[in-house]
Amino acid sequence: MSDLPLKDPLPVDNVADGEPRPGKVRNPIGWSTIMLAALVAASAVLVYRRDGVNGLTEILSHDLSLFGGILPRVLAGCLLGAFIAEILPHDKVSKSLGPDSGLKGLLIGTAFGAILPGGPFTAYPVASALLGVGADFGATIAMVVSWTLIGYGRAVAWELPILGPDFTLWRIVISLPLPLIAGAFGRFVYARLHRGAAT
Amino acid sequence: MNATFLIDAILWGSVVVLGWIAWQRGRPVFVTSVREGGMDFIHIVPRIALGVIGSGYIAAVIPAEFIIGALGPTSGWLGVATAVVAGAATPGGPVIGFSIGAVALKAGGGSPQVLAYVVAWALFAFQRLVLWEIPFMPAKFVWFRAAVSLPLPFIAAAIAMAVGKP
Repeated sequence: MSDLPLKDPLPVDNVADGEPRPGKVRNPIGWSTIMLAALVAASAVLVYRRDGVNGLTEILSHDLSLFGGILPRVLAGCLLGAFIAEILPHDKVSKSLGPDSGLKGLLIGTAFGAILPGGPFTAYPVASALLGVGADFGATIAMVVSWTLIGYGRAVAWELPILGPDFTLWRIVISLPLPLIAGAFGRFVYARLHRGAAT
Repeated sequence: MNATFLIDAILWGSVVVLGWIAWQRGRPVFVTSVREGGMDFIHIVPRIALGVIGSGYIAAVIPAEFIIGALGPTSGWLGVATAVVAGAATPGGPVIGFSIGAVALKAGGGSPQVLAYVVAWALFAFQRLVLWEIPFMPAKFVWFRAAVSLPLPFIAAAIAMAVGKP
C-alpha cells in the first residue's frame, strides 16, 4: 500500500504557490546544537590555554577558508534538493523507492547514493527531498549509507590521499553489502515500530 | 585538486540540468525551487559555520594517542568496539577521521579495527549528525538511520577479519 502514512503525500499543485513543503521542517536551534556549541567553546578555551592566541587564530583561519570553499557546494546541494523535490513525480518515486519497493528499491537507493556527486551538502538535501516525494526510510537509508561508504566523492578527494589506495579500495569493497543491510534492517524495524504505534 | 574540480563540475552540471528541466515545466516551478533552495541555504549556513569552524577546535584537543593506542592488532573485538565508540566521538568534517585512521595504521593498528573506526566515523560521527544531517533532514530520520547503522562497523570488521584484507 503506498498509502501507508509514512509521510504526508506531497500535493504537487500547492508547491507552485510557494507554500513550504509538507514534511519539510527547518529545524530551530535545539538542545543538541547548544550542547555542541558549548563543546566547541570549551575546546577553544583548551586550545587557547595550550597554544595562546596564535593557536586560536591559526585554526580559525584554516577553518574559515574551508568554510568558504564549502559554501558554494552547500548552495548547489540545496538547489539540487529543491529541484528534485519539485520535478520528481510522487507516484513513480513511491513505487520505485517506497515501502513496498522491495530489494529493487534498496538497490536503486544504493546505486543512486553511489553515483551522487558532491559531499554532505548534496546528499542530505537530496535524501530529504526523496523522503518528501514518497521514498521510504529503508530506501533512503540505503542511499545515505551508500553515499557515505561507497560514494566516490569523499573517497577520491580525501580518503585516497590520506589512507592510500590499498586500504581505501578494500574498505569500499567490504562496504558494498552494507547499504543493503542497513536499508533492509531499517525498513524491517520501521515497519514493526509503525505497526506498534498504530495499534 | 583535479578530482575536486571534476566533482564540482558534476555537481553544478546536475544543478543546471535539473534547473533546466524545472524551467521546462514552467517559470513558477523554477522560481519556487530556487526560492526553496535559497531559503534552505540561508537557514543552514549558521549551523554549518558552527560545524566547520567548531570541528577544528574539537580536533585540536581530541586525545588521538588514546584512540590510536586502543586499535592495536591484538585488541580483537574489544578493539573493534572501542573503535566504534571512538569513531562516533570523533568530530565530522572531511579529514579528521581519515587522518587518525592513517596514523593508527602507521603506528601498527589492526586493519579490522581501523576499518571499523573509519566506517563508524563516516556513518555516525555524533557532531556530523547534529550539525550536518539534522539541519537538512527530518531529525527522526537522522536518529533512526544512525541507530540502524550501528551494526555496520562490526559487520565490516568481521568481513575484514574473514578475508584478511586490507
